[in-house]
Amino acid sequence: MTIEVRNIVKEFGSFRALDNVDLRVETGELMALLGPSGSGKTTLLRIIAGLEWPDSGVVTIDGEDALAHGAAERHVGFVFQHYALFRHMNVFENVAFGLRVQPRKIRKSEAEIKKRVGNLLDLVQLGWLADRYPSQLSGGQRQRIALARALAIEPRILLLDEPFGALDAKVRKELRAWLRNLHEEIHVTSIFVTHDQEEALEVANRVVVMDKGRIEQIGSPGDVYERPASAFVHGFIGESIVLPVEVRDGRVRLGDRDLDLIAQDAAAGPSKLFVRRHDVAVGPSGSGVFEGAVKAVRAFGPMQRADIVLGGLGGDILIEIDAPRDHSLKVGDHIGLQPQRYRIFADR
Amino acid sequence: MRLLIIGFALTFLTVFVVLPLILVFSEALAKGVAFYLSALADDEALAAIKLTLIAAGISVGLNLVFGVIAAWAIAKFDFPGKTFLITLIDLPFSVSPVISGLVFVLLFGAQGWFGPWLMAHGVQILFAVPAIVLATTFVTFPFVARELIPLMQEQGQQEEEAAISLGASGWTTFWRVTLPNIKWGLLYGVLLCNARAMGEFGAVSVVSGHIRGETNTMPLLVEILYNEYQMVAAFAIASLLALLALVTLIVKTVLEGRIEEGLHPDDH
Repeated sequence: MTIEVRNIVKEFGSFRALDNVDLRVETGELMALLGPSGSGKTTLLRIIAGLEWPDSGVVTIDGEDALAHGAAERHVGFVFQHYALFRHMNVFENVAFGLRVQPRKIRKSEAEIKKRVGNLLDLVQLGWLADRYPSQLSGGQRQRIALARALAIEPRILLLDEPFGALDAKVRKELRAWLRNLHEEIHVTSIFVTHDQEEALEVANRVVVMDKGRIEQIGSPGDVYERPASAFVHGFIGESIVLPVEVRDGRVRLGDRDLDLIAQDAAAGPSKLFVRRHDVAVGPSGSGVFEGAVKAVRAFGPMQRADIVLGGLGGDILIEIDAPRDHSLKVGDHIGLQPQRYRIFADR
Repeated sequence: MRLLIIGFALTFLTVFVVLPLILVFSEALAKGVAFYLSALADDEALAAIKLTLIAAGISVGLNLVFGVIAAWAIAKFDFPGKTFLITLIDLPFSVSPVISGLVFVLLFGAQGWFGPWLMAHGVQILFAVPAIVLATTFVTFPFVARELIPLMQEQGQQEEEAAISLGASGWTTFWRVTLPNIKWGLLYGVLLCNARAMGEFGAVSVVSGHIRGETNTMPLLVEILYNEYQMVAAFAIASLLALLALVTLIVKTVLEGRIEEGLHPDDH
């Protein structure tokens, strides 16, 4: 089932939540909508589900005009951030709800409903909780029940709104891997919304990065991390060192210094230099474009993180870098820093 | 100090609540159970009880439907004039019941807006059962809506959205998701609404006309009997109203626990 979204505009009062958004999701994809709060990602998801209506634009699901139908007729599975389980029904009845409200003509028999709910509870590995009420479950269990409930109607597509947002870090990590495996098993076209870049990069096979109601970049997790299309994407995904520079005559300048860097395709004018923290080579003083003094070192895992004060740039600039543990860094050392990979984007 | 405060509170409660309550029942039974029962079985008393039940039944029914609709609209949707509507719902609480009654006299009285037209068509509203029902409905309108609005607002609309995305129609969603979630709050509102409807005096007094055996409700009959120095009969009817109050209190306490459970199920 493909999903296609074209020229979607949605305003809340004077706030433009979605500004001409185009998106195509292919059959069997697991796509992440990633962006800060207010970027429009949840609104886009709710429009596809039919819980919100766009001011203009087109939404098709499997080539069929989705906007001709309300949420109840779209056969879209929707999973809410706060689960939205029916609090007065037990787990079995929650999952069975979508089957029980089907028109009488196509409604399954009680035995079939029982069998299907049983299968779904097995799928989410919570068959033993069938008689419990939502209030007796943990957050992670509730979200898996919510997923089973959404899958009960055999949805054409599955939409998840910040599915792990309300869970604590450990459960979130477990559920991420679990969702990935589940998707490989059932292969329903899925979109999930998240503001957590790690979650998006780890779970999705394609990532849509959004900001201020627009799509900034669509690509594989590797793409958006290694080849960010804009300053926003570079800043939002992964941790970067950002320095304000100026591009003039194809040269990159910081303050009154000419940096020995290539301007790439940034237009002349004020720009930003982005370098990943681990893409900085550390050497003896004089070995790089920048000179700095080590101010603090924190070692954990395979890397060490150091605070460096960059000198000679007209005012001190404090940056953080990640260096391998085998390179000894001590507070007070004067070092040379060379960006090995970097991007320069003109300010908008 | 603590004992002093508790003692003061208990004394106050005894003097102003418990003693009068005991007095009502002891006065009602002053001439024995037989007299008490015959006072209640009196034609006028029976007529008043019947009228009170009719007025309360109709007004509670109407306010149940209107209250749910109004609370639904206010809690689940945003529309212009919402704040105004909330204020309007509170109006019967802030206006003296006597004025509420006078409003209906102005509307349906002989010199009122609709009075001449109604008279020409032979429709009797004022000084008859319709006016009593209308006045009671007006005065008790806020109870159900006021109880449901915060409850529905706190519950949000995600469960409804979930139901609809699972293919349920609006009607099915209301019956299977919304109503079960608000049922205790709804019952609570109905209970208070009913207690007030049966006990309403001011507004009903203005529109009733005090026709004996026809347009007297229980509170009105109590006043009439009292003014005629029929103490035992007056207190016999009053004891029924007091009994209603006691039952209301007990059920109310039970319901409050249920509502709390429905709002914060995680705590249990």
